[in-house]
Amino acid sequence: MTNLAIQANGLVKTFGNNRAVDGVDLKIPTGSICGVLGPNGAGKTTTINMLATLSKPDAGSAKIFGYDVMKETQKVRQLIGLTGQFASIDETLTAMENLMIFGRLHGYSRKDAKRKANELLEEFALTEAANKALSQFSGGMRRRLDLAASLLSNPPLIFLDEPTTGLDPRTRTQMWSTIRNLVKNGSTVMLTTQYLDEADQLADSIVVIDKGRVVANDTPDGLKKSVGETSLQITVKSADSVLDAAQIIERILKTKVQISESSELTAPMNNTNKLTDILTALKEVGITLTNVNLRQPTLDEVFFALTGNTEVKEEN
Amino acid sequence: MNNALALDKNIAITPASERELKNRVSVWTAIQNTFTFAHRTLLKSIRNPESFMDVTIMPIMFTLVFTFLFGGSVSGSIANYLPIIIPGILIQTLMTSCGAVGVQMREDMDKSITNRFKSMPIARVAPLAGALLADILRFIVAGIVIFTMGAVMGYKPEAGILAVVASILFMTLIAWGLSWMFTFTALSVRSSTAASTTGMLIMFPLCFMSNAFVPSDALPSALRFFAEHINPVSKAVAAVRQILSDGTVGTDFWMAIVSVIVLLIIFVPLTLKVYTKKG
Ligand SMILES: Nc1ncnc2c1ncn2[C@@H]1O[C@H](COP(=O)(O)OP(=O)(O)O)[C@@H](O)[C@H]1O
Ligand SMILES: [Mg+2]
Repeated sequence: MTNLAIQANGLVKTFGNNRAVDGVDLKIPTGSICGVLGPNGAGKTTTINMLATLSKPDAGSAKIFGYDVMKETQKVRQLIGLTGQFASIDETLTAMENLMIFGRLHGYSRKDAKRKANELLEEFALTEAANKALSQFSGGMRRRLDLAASLLSNPPLIFLDEPTTGLDPRTRTQMWSTIRNLVKNGSTVMLTTQYLDEADQLADSIVVIDKGRVVANDTPDGLKKSVGETSLQITVKSADSVLDAAQIIERILKTKVQISESSELTAPMNNTNKLTDILTALKEVGITLTNVNLRQPTLDEVFFALTGNTEVKEEN
Repeated sequence: MNNALALDKNIAITPASERELKNRVSVWTAIQNTFTFAHRTLLKSIRNPESFMDVTIMPIMFTLVFTFLFGGSVSGSIANYLPIIIPGILIQTLMTSCGAVGVQMREDMDKSITNRFKSMPIARVAPLAGALLADILRFIVAGIVIFTMGAVMGYKPEAGILAVVASILFMTLIAWGLSWMFTFTALSVRSSTAASTTGMLIMFPLCFMSNAFVPSDALPSALRFFAEHINPVSKAVAAVRQILSDGTVGTDFWMAIVSVIVLLIIFVPLTLKVYTKKG
């Protein structure tokens, strides 16, 4: 039973009339990385806040390593580290002072807090900046310090709320390897992201949420399979004909077609034999193609197929 | 600096099942947490010296303005007015500072760092208690500044230096009691701007409808009743004046202490309630 790091049943959180989280179930095994994927406003942060004991669910229940988040709150808090969506460190203090204060609050003696802080600063390449004011820190350095602060107590479960949003590609790759190492050392990680490749790269299981509900919960490969073994990509020559082409493909495949870059169409496909039908039908109405391609679907396409919206593709 | 991010050292994480966990925060931990938060508040205000302006520059300015503006008309001379105005400035400064404490608390709560504190195994009241503890130091600074200013202008309390120390400690206690009320309102209103306005709205009537700046018999009769019989600020000010002139404590002193205890009984639970409920 307690092999589960997180077990949530029917979590609900409402703000006024807005059901921000609307019956979320989760089962995350110890030692794995779970990626919670969803667009802005999907309810990712609200879900994490309930699991990390920041707010009480309006309905449902959740257990962290078997401890109830509402009844055994203090026990749960000894087992988790939280890196929130926004940096939760003191801007007016130095990196060292920040870590010392958090370390003392975790019950370390002054000496141990200092040793632990130094250790973490070194691991996160912040030793040189240890005594600098945070106002001189770059975005990446802040994120690292914020993550370091969550690791002070060596927690077996770490929540990372959009850990790489706003980071440059290189820092992002570094953050990924850090996250992988956390799991190697025996921690369980639950991270939220709006980046599909991030979930694909890191996660053992992906929970897709939209409008407060879980719309899919599977391994990255499983997700791709459930949506369609292959993905059809067609580029039409004239952008004017793209809508007509989409209609024809939708009729034949009986799924939604995603249009991107004005002349590119993408659709999930289970039966590759349908390709001939599509090409014939397009030819009959005189639509000229410049490119036809069959490949494994990306998570972008998975997301589109599950929720029917494309806004996740936009960055920022 | 590039790939140093890779937590190479293997810090083996103790599995949850092998940890000994308690679901209660001990009183000792709560006290330690409170001191850590007090330390944090002090560190932050040292980094931001402007935050001391309301307990240094402001009371100096007020003492000068009030003394030269009202000294002659209220008491005939500056020397006669100082024993009236110094305790008045003291309470007014401390109350303004209490208001600032509440606003600061509120701003802190609206920041995401509060989320981290809430996810940690610490006493829920520690951030609040720590901040309020650190503010005792501000109150003492204010007291020292004001009495030094008074001395510079020629004020020598009859009861001597011990009475001055006693007055500062007494007023600090009163202010500490009041700060819970200010913090409660600051945490209850919608925004930190509203918090700062409400702070002023509480401070003004309590300070100015009292004997803090003028003897209460100089007030219109309706105000005078409030000032003499209801307003706890008047009691505190009268108590301080008595300590400073005679070196004794009387009814006013005890009335002020009782008022503070009543305030604490009402506002400590209320403040803790809004504090733990928020967010
Ligand atoms: N404190 C709050 N008060 C009111 N509404 C909120 C609050 N927090 C979140 N919401 C709403 O709940 C929904 C989910 O938000 P959130 O969990 O932050 O989404 P995500 O993290 O996936 O972007 C949004 O519609 C958001 O506006
Ligand atoms: Mg969020």
